[in-house]
Amino acid sequence: MSTNININVHHVTRVEGHGNIVVNAKDGKIEKCQWQVPEAPRFFEAMVRGRSYQDIQTIVSRICGICSITHSLASTKAVEDALGIEVSEQADKLRILMHYSEQLQSHSLHVGYLVAPDLFNAPSVVPLVAKAPDAVKAIIRVHRVANNWSDLIAGRTTHPVTLIPGGLCKIPTEQQLRDLKKELESSVNVLVAVCEVVQSAAGNLPQFERQTEYISLKQTNPPTYTFYHGDITSNDCNGDGPVNIRNWQKVANEYVSPQSTAKWTQWHRDSYMVGALARFNNNAELLSPLGKKVADMFGLKKGNTNPFMNNVAQLVEMAHVVETSIQMIDDLLTRGLKSETVKVSPRAGRGSGCVEAPRGILFHTYEFDKYGNCVYGNICIPTNQNHANIQKDFEKFVPEFMHLGQDALRHGMEMLVRAYDPCISCSTHFLNVEFV
Amino acid sequence: MTKPRVAIFDFACCEGCQLQIVNLEEEILDLINVVDVVEWREAMSEQSHEYDIALIEGSITRPEDEKRIEIIRSRCKILIALGSCATIGGINKLKNKFDLEEVKHCVYGKDAHMPHLETGMTKAVHEVVNVDYKIHGCPIDRKEFASVIRALLVGKKPVIPDYPVCVECKARENICRYEYNEICLGPIIRAGCGARCPSNGFRCFGCRGYVDNPNVEAAREVMDKYGLTVEDLRQKMVLFGCGQGPTV
Repeated sequence: MSTNININVHHVTRVEGHGNIVVNAKDGKIEKCQWQVPEAPRFFEAMVRGRSYQDIQTIVSRICGICSITHSLASTKAVEDALGIEVSEQADKLRILMHYSEQLQSHSLHVGYLVAPDLFNAPSVVPLVAKAPDAVKAIIRVHRVANNWSDLIAGRTTHPVTLIPGGLCKIPTEQQLRDLKKELESSVNVLVAVCEVVQSAAGNLPQFERQTEYISLKQTNPPTYTFYHGDITSNDCNGDGPVNIRNWQKVANEYVSPQSTAKWTQWHRDSYMVGALARFNNNAELLSPLGKKVADMFGLKKGNTNPFMNNVAQLVEMAHVVETSIQMIDDLLTRGLKSETVKVSPRAGRGSGCVEAPRGILFHTYEFDKYGNCVYGNICIPTNQNHANIQKDFEKFVPEFMHLGQDALRHGMEMLVRAYDPCISCSTHFLNVEFV
Repeated sequence: MTKPRVAIFDFACCEGCQLQIVNLEEEILDLINVVDVVEWREAMSEQSHEYDIALIEGSITRPEDEKRIEIIRSRCKILIALGSCATIGGINKLKNKFDLEEVKHCVYGKDAHMPHLETGMTKAVHEVVNVDYKIHGCPIDRKEFASVIRALLVGKKPVIPDYPVCVECKARENICRYEYNEICLGPIIRAGCGARCPSNGFRCFGCRGYVDNPNVEAAREVMDKYGLTVEDLRQKMVLFGCGQGPTV
């Protein structure tokens, strides 16, 4: 058994962005155990200054290719909050439908293409094509359904072009929505098949527990498993929550870590977790029947403290968004789609927008002058909020799994980072493992 | 015949262009049969120093990144810039409008001096090393990407459009965005996107960069017709590749 460990993963693979893992242990004593984030900083908060409220979404969508719809929605909501713009019920529903398409896109990419190779002992999804062609085809099908869905409502899969302050500049036709509904209905069985394949290998997810704080949106009126509306809550809230999204800075408490070009965050404890598992832990009772069924398949219950189960919570949410969207399309079609025009006049003001990215809660705040030009921007990204939690997980994980030897430890740590579905471009850009 | 070895590398960007490659879905399985993908950090764990074609996503923003791209250039036969960040500096170039010290202070406050937060002026890839082909757009169009790769594989020169977005927009019979009192960059921006934004009711914001020889006079006529000025147009030309190429 190795008691000397020297791990240096410089840029963890199969994650979005750049992050490093560094572990150094001598005679069983851990000398260094770090999660580092060296992503090239891109300075979006500085770049939005001077730009019109009409251009904010176009700029900040580029923070992240995988959650561009989420960034677009959060920034558009913030602009609307600042300028006092109301959005129609129809536009609100279509936006949520657009948002769900990205949850399915991102979760299927993450679980199917990035995590599955770990579960089946492959370096990437490519060798899995020969090993398990039906499973790969099923996940490709789900991913394609999600992409076509985004294409229809957002104008394309990445960096949406239909979102404008006040509403949408293009909406689908009723026939297109009916076709989408059919496609979603026929993908339910495929989705269940994907869940069954993952379930067959779920035993390869490490048994690891660590109590932490879980932060997500919570919507009470009406009670909803929310990604889009609501206030900020956590399992640690005792009379100090839920917090209005305009006060998100009281929750995030950002600080700069010397380990990272991305800022880190903390609220009631020294770290917190955001993402599918956090949403599940705070809102599980509000899941759709199929979402609950998938959770039961894996024995996932509210209060779970195994970060690796975030992958499973993503499968649960994939089932939930597909089932919920079928219902939402029915509602939209029953009311009939109306063409709406949007009138917006610039004014001075400050506003915030908050939505759940696939990988966790996301905050945007902007301030505009009376001409509608941006004078201030502040963005807090989910992956940043998870950095400190990953570090704290490492500090517990390494002593518990060191006896397995260096290679297994490194593999476990990479899987742990991947479980968070980090989007390091978002957080600035992050992931490398260094064992020095 | 040995398969050409392909490696994909990313610099400062959102990785949305790599995502478009993934979004080829089944088609990517066909491509993988005819090329040997030897390194692609976002999708695979394998790594290699030997490759024929390097696909570069992202802008160059730090001295260490300039060194990295120079090494990649020295190892590959064909280097392709993928997407706006790589081809024209993309949205990242907005940063160049500001004093860099001030930009760092704006984002990181009192911690701005920390050495790992160092940043330089944003550069497109061709501003640092020689680029053989550019696949434009933010993000790239996955079909265009596949057609460029297919052309290279059969030894043909890929066709990259050199006419403005208006051509494709008119072919799709869209109502001109100027009729809605919007400023659209269609008259001077390179086509190839199928005029996707104006077709969705959104103005062109120039992600594909200028056509090689923009018809400045025609653009001026459009501005005159709608009672706008060249300055109005210039204001809208900053989002992507700020400071790129010729200006009207």
